[in-house]
Amino acid sequence: MELGPYLILGLLEGLVTAAVLSLMALGLSLVFGVMRVVNVAHGEFFMVGAVLAWIIANAVDSHPAVNFLAALLLAPPATALLAAIADRLVLKRVAYDPERTIVATIGLLYIIQQVTLMTYGPDARPVEAPFNHRLSIPFVEWTESGMALYWPWGLGTTSYKLAVIGAAVLLLGAIWLLMTRTRIGLVMRATQLDSEMARAFAIPVDRVYAAVFGLGAGLAALAGVLIVPIQQAHYLMGHDPLLLSFIVVIIGGLGSLPGTVVAALLIGISDGMISVFFTPTLAKIIATLGVAFVLIFRPQGLFGRKGL
Amino acid sequence: MTLLSTRGLSRNFGGLKAVDNVDFDLPAGQVRALIGPNGAGKTTFVGMLSGRIPASAGSVRFDGQDVTTMPAHRRIRAGMAYTFQITSVFSRLPVAENVALALRWRTGDDAVATDRQVAEALERVGIADRADQLAGDLSYGHQRLLEIAMGLSQQPRLLILDEPTQGLADSEIADFVALIRGLAGDMTILLIEHNINVVMQTADAITVLNFGSVLASGTPSEIRNNAAVQAAYLGTG
Amino acid sequence: MSVFFGSDLRKSWTLHIGVIMLLFALQFILPAYHHGNLARIMVLTCYAMGYNILFGYTGLLSLGHALFFASGMYGMSLTVQHLGWSAGPALLAGLVAGFAVALAIGLLALRTAGVAFMIVTLMFAQAGYLAALYFGEYTRGDEGFVIQQSFRQLAGINLADPTNRYFAALILFAICVFVSLRVVQAGFGRVLVAIRENEERTRMLGYDIHRHKLAAVVLSGTMSAAAGAAYGLLFGYAGATFASVQYSIFPLLWVLLGGAGTILGPFVGTLFMFYLIDLSSGLTTAYMLIAGFALVMLTLFAPQGLVGELRRRALRWLP
Repeated sequence: MELGPYLILGLLEGLVTAAVLSLMALGLSLVFGVMRVVNVAHGEFFMVGAVLAWIIANAVDSHPAVNFLAALLLAPPATALLAAIADRLVLKRVAYDPERTIVATIGLLYIIQQVTLMTYGPDARPVEAPFNHRLSIPFVEWTESGMALYWPWGLGTTSYKLAVIGAAVLLLGAIWLLMTRTRIGLVMRATQLDSEMARAFAIPVDRVYAAVFGLGAGLAALAGVLIVPIQQAHYLMGHDPLLLSFIVVIIGGLGSLPGTVVAALLIGISDGMISVFFTPTLAKIIATLGVAFVLIFRPQGLFGRKGL
Repeated sequence: MTLLSTRGLSRNFGGLKAVDNVDFDLPAGQVRALIGPNGAGKTTFVGMLSGRIPASAGSVRFDGQDVTTMPAHRRIRAGMAYTFQITSVFSRLPVAENVALALRWRTGDDAVATDRQVAEALERVGIADRADQLAGDLSYGHQRLLEIAMGLSQQPRLLILDEPTQGLADSEIADFVALIRGLAGDMTILLIEHNINVVMQTADAITVLNFGSVLASGTPSEIRNNAAVQAAYLGTG
Repeated sequence: MSVFFGSDLRKSWTLHIGVIMLLFALQFILPAYHHGNLARIMVLTCYAMGYNILFGYTGLLSLGHALFFASGMYGMSLTVQHLGWSAGPALLAGLVAGFAVALAIGLLALRTAGVAFMIVTLMFAQAGYLAALYFGEYTRGDEGFVIQQSFRQLAGINLADPTNRYFAALILFAICVFVSLRVVQAGFGRVLVAIRENEERTRMLGYDIHRHKLAAVVLSGTMSAAAGAAYGLLFGYAGATFASVQYSIFPLLWVLLGGAGTILGPFVGTLFMFYLIDLSSGLTTAYMLIAGFALVMLTLFAPQGLVGELRRRALRWLP
């Protein structure tokens, strides 16, 4: 493939990454925004979503679309429940102290990851997509008779990948509406702004926290379910997306939805593009150092109101 | 001689002028009280004197040098001592260690000198018997005294006290007044105070701040009879 | 009443010298397996002690100390492997590498605080790990490389021999304990504790906070690098795993378990955790589960750690 089509491919793949990443980063950002804690185990919720998707799909065992639908409907809430329990048992007991929460969630990370290793095992297993049509994408070339379309071999996407992008857009919109237009969203934002005052207004802050933590994990799990037909379910798959989510959330500004979306697009697409030119390792090095330097020199990120 | 002076000292927070163009002179050996209604800018002003808060404009001179851009810890070394409005001691460390930290940069590893000066400072404020207790276990009044001991032990040229009698019982306040009277003349003291009785009993001179500017400055009796000051505190008729 | 607690000082020196002598004596009685383990534990404890200076005493939680450990390890092993240096200069190279990296990280990361500091240190360490993979041509990445026995000689002594190795580890351990004790009991160490307890108050007592924190980072990083260099030399292997996130979490775990802000805590924690993982890896591949579980339990119920609790409840003079 020539450069032009290569870039288009990178862009398309990047959009899929961005879609999934934006959901996951949003979960992380919500948790920080409302609860002011960083959940290092966030990547493991993503992994749990993917693994549960495989388990459910295998258990249902009928048409791939039915399997997938079951996974999509059941895995995120189950993960959310797991997270809410973890919040009540652990996070609440350390009173959401930022440093102790980080240490505790590191512990949770290892527990979830290793239990998965012990039960699901070390193998990577696929889940079949509900629908999967290859779509070739045309590119322009100059011929003797002017510009013409041609279909480069290797330049294409699948209907499922496009659906993932669409689903992410819908979900982001839904979360935006939830946060800004519903009472639940109002309660969450009130708790974020001033938890003491919220308590004074009889808002059950502890329950809001459990719900938000669950919602964050649910979003991560949802991202995991969406990605699993493209990428297989493996017990270590949470590590890289966690790092990427961190990058997105910090660059976009913790607690800011528009910032998260813009940053996810940036990171997702550039991840796709950079991997065309550099090795993935170098791309990761650049991104990792990028996060560090943003935190050092511009802690509020692009859109965030407060730094960490 | 003037130990401390400011010219045009100001501090803005966004559009709000917390301290507005203050000129201030403090002669050595004087006990000066800084009073004013809540929100007058007293703590902000004193924050700029000690270096905790950077000035938006103006200058601060201490002991003959311009310290406007000097970081707080260097001003302390130059001879200022500062006690916090909300008591700030090392709760999990023993009382003796609290004071030792205050003077160790002068005595270094000389354990004997450190111990002696710690004992003296604690004697002076009257909590020597509590030397081995954890600072956090002390009553509020004793913690405030500990803070003053930490300030005194530095043998400062200027002692800045931010609302030192707040929360103290009457007997403790009386002890405090006696302590300040005992120090007057040897040490220059600047205290922010709301308790007018304490001010009248200890201050050689009073500066009144209101809305970030100096409303009046003078001897206690001058201030007591100043109509503008009365209006600021009590509201006009 | 003395703020230097004269008799306490004598007690603590007696205790620590006693522990070192005990370890010395054990070398003659222990069976080969535990003998080797203890040598490893002593070197890893030096890593934990380095971490403890920053975390336990200064109150700064770094999630990227593997970068310092690996700097020492690679500084030493790369000069041996690719430049043909002998053990002595190579160890020095490891130490210098650790010092330089710690200084750089300190200057950058100390511009942040709290959670941001934790993430920044994590990111720098991760970049370091990735760099070790990226330059796999020299480092052999995760697979690592073995350092030949012939190189592992210091002043004519063959360090591959278990007895010599144990003594070398013990000497390093003793040095680190000595340095830690001196730091902690001197004015510098007291200021670090004061910074941990109440930073603003410490500033307003006339102390340069930034300079103290930077010194703490550099001391901590250099000690961790010394452990890394020693580990590579004594056990003859260098690999990128030692730069990974896991090796940043380990010292946190060891110090928390043993007791942050105590001198012997890191040793107790490393010893305990080493054997706990050793035993459980015989049972399952998921032995890190123990680490995760331990972290959660410690954070919830025993943030003081084993030695810390001992100090709180009984032996107040324990440094």
